[in-house]
Amino acid sequence: MDWLKYALKRLLMLIPVIICVTFILFVILSLAPGDVARMVLGADATAEQIAALNHEMGLDKPLLIRYVSYMLDAVRLDFGTSWTGNFDVLEEFSFRLPYTLLVSTLAICFAIAVGVPLGIASAIKQYSLLDYGCTFVVMLLFSMPAFWLGTMCQIFFCLMLRWLPVSGVGSWTCYILPTIILGANTLASMIRMSRTSMLDVIKMDYIRTARAKGNSQKDVILHHAIRNSLIPVVTQIGINFAGTIGGAVVTENIFAIPGIGSMLINAVKGRDVPVVMGTVIFITVIVGVINLIVDLVCALIDPRIDLAS
Amino acid sequence: MSENLLEVKDLHVQYNTDDAVVYALNGVSLNLKEGEKLGLVGETGAGKTTLALSVLRLLPKVGQIASGSISYKGEELLDKPESYMLGLRGRRVSMIFQDPMTSLNPVKSVGDQIREVLDLHFPQLTKEAKNEKVDQMLQLVGIPASRKNEFPHQFSGGMKQRVVIAMALISQPELLLADEPTTALDVTIQAQIMALMGQLKDRFNTAVLLITHDLGLVAEFCDTVAVIYSGCIVESGTVEDIFSGKNNHPYTKGLIGCIPDLSKDEDRLHPIPGHMADARTLPSGCPFADRCANAMDKCRKERPEAFSEGTHTVFCHLFDNMRGGV
Repeated sequence: MDWLKYALKRLLMLIPVIICVTFILFVILSLAPGDVARMVLGADATAEQIAALNHEMGLDKPLLIRYVSYMLDAVRLDFGTSWTGNFDVLEEFSFRLPYTLLVSTLAICFAIAVGVPLGIASAIKQYSLLDYGCTFVVMLLFSMPAFWLGTMCQIFFCLMLRWLPVSGVGSWTCYILPTIILGANTLASMIRMSRTSMLDVIKMDYIRTARAKGNSQKDVILHHAIRNSLIPVVTQIGINFAGTIGGAVVTENIFAIPGIGSMLINAVKGRDVPVVMGTVIFITVIVGVINLIVDLVCALIDPRIDLAS
Repeated sequence: MSENLLEVKDLHVQYNTDDAVVYALNGVSLNLKEGEKLGLVGETGAGKTTLALSVLRLLPKVGQIASGSISYKGEELLDKPESYMLGLRGRRVSMIFQDPMTSLNPVKSVGDQIREVLDLHFPQLTKEAKNEKVDQMLQLVGIPASRKNEFPHQFSGGMKQRVVIAMALISQPELLLADEPTTALDVTIQAQIMALMGQLKDRFNTAVLLITHDLGLVAEFCDTVAVIYSGCIVESGTVEDIFSGKNNHPYTKGLIGCIPDLSKDEDRLHPIPGHMADARTLPSGCPFADRCANAMDKCRKERPEAFSEGTHTVFCHLFDNMRGGV
């Protein structure tokens, strides 16, 4: 039950992280120029109306008191209502989160399923056509930004070839392009990481030992090399997953997916503090949990990792 | 007298690296009889490990066997397909590597790694029989069978080398290539490991090729000795031939001279001056000529011929006039 204790410990450690993140964000949002009440009420509001709204929203109280009362509400899962859209943050979030999680998970799975085998194959056949091809693709994917690649793919596959829908979430085909575009960067890093890691592993002494035992080349790779070479790859997956959720902001906008990314963008534009704060807390928790899962998987693969200490 | 188990004849091995060709073995010949313990002695870079890896055909990609022959029980290994080698490696010829710290797979339990040899070469055994054998073998090398589910990082260096030995000997091979099995271990553990290897060797009647730079170890453990320098065997014979001090190759003399004599009151060690020649150029004469106190003009020009007396063979021009009519 070491892992359960470890998981609990890690989840508890999320609390100070969330406090830090939210406090910094809260301060920045409060210091940002502009008057929220004026933005809500419009340009022709009177000074009394503005003062009244400020009082109603509690904005006339000191920063620290506002922060503490926000956090106390948040602990009770009351994340407030949007200032601009008049919707409940938690409700909206639970509607939008599945889309973001679906697209991010699909993107990561796509990157792993395609990237890891390609990386391993190009390490085993180092300096082959496949290897050079993979290196080229990695460079290409790393250097193309998602908003450009996404738009180009929309023009080519959706408008010219008419194979796929341009945007929306109407059918499963809508998810194909977003998955590929959002996963492109992770795909590149999966190929590169698993190739490098495999090249390191096959130089190791224990690989030579495995061959000296009478293992064929195939068995050496399957039974001895892959598991060892996956250790750094899994760590990389964790880092990329966090980045992918961030990247979803861009991809969701391009493909008009109603996920948390597009909600966050609109909230930041409209100075909608409850929505921004709420979204960031959720993302922090999600990233924290994903990192925890990654660490547990690492411990599962590598017996040298001792969760108890 | 028993047949030769392993016969290496005029073996040339080179490493084709990007910037140069490195000549690792330049015409090495040696014989090993069944059940015999042969010590292969030489300094770092002399080609000892290359020789062992050549026998198993496990040289790294850049390594190439340029010419020569390796015959095992009369079968030419260099002509065999890879599938034949798979049946040989780990079954009939096992190898122990220098560094037990890195030669075990860190993510597999030691029991699994030992059992793998049985999985590969004795697929007809039942699972229970295999586990039984693994337990026995672990106990034989002095590790409680209860530790078989532990991982390499939970063992000390000496214990890991015991695991490696268990792995190498569980198939009861005919030949064990032991590449500096004790170099990475401290001296007390060294003695234990060598004693263990001696015991198991007798039990399974395994021939041993002990690769080492430690002449003391050879004197204690081996029946016969081959001294290798710069990829050439410079002297070979029985342990008595080499350590009697008679008609030794100057290099062997130098090596023996390096062992401090505690019965004399001396302050200094006696190293052999100079370094081994650059292996990127093939020496035209005797490879040791540049470091040899007795070197003559001839030594730098001609490769010395063998001078043999019974079981003792030396490759040195100093013995040219003793060769007589042969």
